[in-house]
Amino acid sequence: MSEDVLFQLKHVSKGFVKGKEKISIFDDLNMSIERGDFVAIMGPSGSGKTTLLNMLGGVDQPTGGEIWFDGTRIDSLSESALTRWRAENIGFIFQFYNLMPMLNAQRNVELPLLLTKLSKAQRRKNVETALALVGLSDRAKHMSSEMSGGQQQRVAIARAIVSDPKLILCDEPTGDLDRGTADEILEMLQLLNRDHGKTIVMVTHDPAAAKYAKRTLHLDKGQFVQREIVA
Amino acid sequence: MNDLYLIYKNMTRKPLRLFLTCFAIFIAFLIFGAVTSLKTALNSSVALSADNRLVVFNRINFTQSLPIAYFEKVAAVEGVENVTHLNWFGGYFQEPSRQIVTLAVDPESYLRVYQEVVIPENLKQAWLNNRQGALVGEKLAQIYGWKVGDRIPISSNIFTHKDGGYTWEFEVSGIFKGDTEQYDTRQMLIHYKYFMETQTFGDDWIGWMALTTKDPSLNEKVAKTIDDNFANSQSETDTSTEKSFNKAFIEQIGNIGLIIFSVVFTAFFTILIVVGNTMALAVRERTGEIAVLKTLGFSSQRIFRMVLSESLLIALIGGLSGLAAAWLLVEGVKTFLARFLPNLILDSHIAVQALLYMLLLGLITGLLPAFNALRLNIVSAFNRQ
Ligand SMILES: Nc1ncnc2c1ncn2[C@@H]1O[C@H](COP(=O)(O)OP(=O)(O)OP(=O)(O)O)[C@@H](O)[C@H]1O
Ligand SMILES: [Mg+2]
Repeated sequence: MSEDVLFQLKHVSKGFVKGKEKISIFDDLNMSIERGDFVAIMGPSGSGKTTLLNMLGGVDQPTGGEIWFDGTRIDSLSESALTRWRAENIGFIFQFYNLMPMLNAQRNVELPLLLTKLSKAQRRKNVETALALVGLSDRAKHMSSEMSGGQQQRVAIARAIVSDPKLILCDEPTGDLDRGTADEILEMLQLLNRDHGKTIVMVTHDPAAAKYAKRTLHLDKGQFVQREIVA
Repeated sequence: MNDLYLIYKNMTRKPLRLFLTCFAIFIAFLIFGAVTSLKTALNSSVALSADNRLVVFNRINFTQSLPIAYFEKVAAVEGVENVTHLNWFGGYFQEPSRQIVTLAVDPESYLRVYQEVVIPENLKQAWLNNRQGALVGEKLAQIYGWKVGDRIPISSNIFTHKDGGYTWEFEVSGIFKGDTEQYDTRQMLIHYKYFMETQTFGDDWIGWMALTTKDPSLNEKVAKTIDDNFANSQSETDTSTEKSFNKAFIEQIGNIGLIIFSVVFTAFFTILIVVGNTMALAVRERTGEIAVLKTLGFSSQRIFRMVLSESLLIALIGGLSGLAAAWLLVEGVKTFLARFLPNLILDSHIAVQALLYMLLLGLITGLLPAFNALRLNIVSAFNRQ
């Protein structure tokens, strides 16, 4: 495995059992993601994009095959070990932001830092830095109900980067936003990738969004189809 | 920010619901505290009565009088150790609301029958030698600041003084203590003879008698002998042990034990269901948020602890304030009920018991939602969204 490979999927299969029926989503999926990459994953609805992202993020496990992350095999980790691994390595950005409604922006961003051993002062500094990076320093005390969708997604981005994870996973991060706001968010992801070296995997339906990535993978019927375009 | 802050924020996100839940628990523990104190007070009045002491009342009811001649006859019954007689004076000090348990007694025999009354020999002699003298209980003396030698006007709400009016003057001859802390010393004792001579209700009658037997095993035989003696006379008697008399008195008020049990049980059960349902609902509403927390890397155990802490906190907030209110209530009515329930108090036993129930309530109502949160699968939680 090359030094630069962050993620590697080897012969990954994934299926669900629904009653007596077995549904296979992936049969023999192989891919690798290098450090500093920005990958967009596209594909029709039901093609398994979210399922793939869940496996990359360690919230779902493959039925077979191996998933390697930075020299560790994560598909065989226990649930609690995976939880710890997620806290250390992955930042998540969701389509519907998923902020805690009872916490203000600043505290939402601070949430992942409760899982670290950082001091109070250090935590505050990290939160300030993350909020500044997404341009929301002046909204630190706002509740999510007081912010627009774009602003909420920026808070979510700040939350995803505050503990400095190696990889950021986004599932339709702009699916709920208008074009202009979506472009702002995507520029922000691009900036995180280019200037801060974050590796990003983003699921999207939107070809315009995929253009912000360095490359796009097309999923169809459980396989990557050869339409890989290098941006 | 820490977990406690998250718990607090989760708890207070619907203030009205929180208030109503806490209020339900508040009521439960108010009832529990007040009713348990009452029950303990009732039980202790039974427990405090001496084992070998009998009381002889008029069969009709305990407010009817008996002829004084009965006193000598009872004293002669085999197995009787000491006997004394008592009259209810119906006393109060200055205001009718300041009721004072005042008993007109035959001093020497009274002190023999009620060994709980502790008094220094010289004060005892002073009382025996002073017809107008009164023996005042320590707590009563404390309440009104009476000292030995004070002359105190005590009025009766039943009897008239032969000089006119309702007020007698007594001199405090001595202040007595109880042999134990529990013995109620909020009472005073006056001379029967002086009482008889100065009231206008006729002579030679007594309210009731109290006696000790030589051994508790003789109680039944003595009681039967006495009642048989006076059968078919003008004043038939009803003799029972002091314990069973107190118990009967309590049973007259109602089967307290059963009432207490059913009230507390019903209240608890209802509140358990209400609080449990509320907690389950509150946690179910947060399924998505819990899935997000798990995704971010919060461990299942940590989330379990947070949900459980929340329900424990709610139980404690409602429960402790309910218990405090019960304490205030008991303290407030204590003086009014002193005559019937001298030992009415919400003590540390009851408080500890209540605290255990609060923890139990918090655990039972929190366990299921916490367990569901623990087991929540991230993928299916998001699929449901
Ligand atoms: N828990 C599950 N149990 C059974 N089948 C599931 C489960 N989760 C996903 N699937 C199925 O797996 C397939 C892939 O689902 P997935 O959510 O990954 O698709 P997707 O590419 O993200 O679609 P969309 O673009 O609509 O979000 C679907 O057919 C879906 O019905
Ligand atoms: Mg999807």
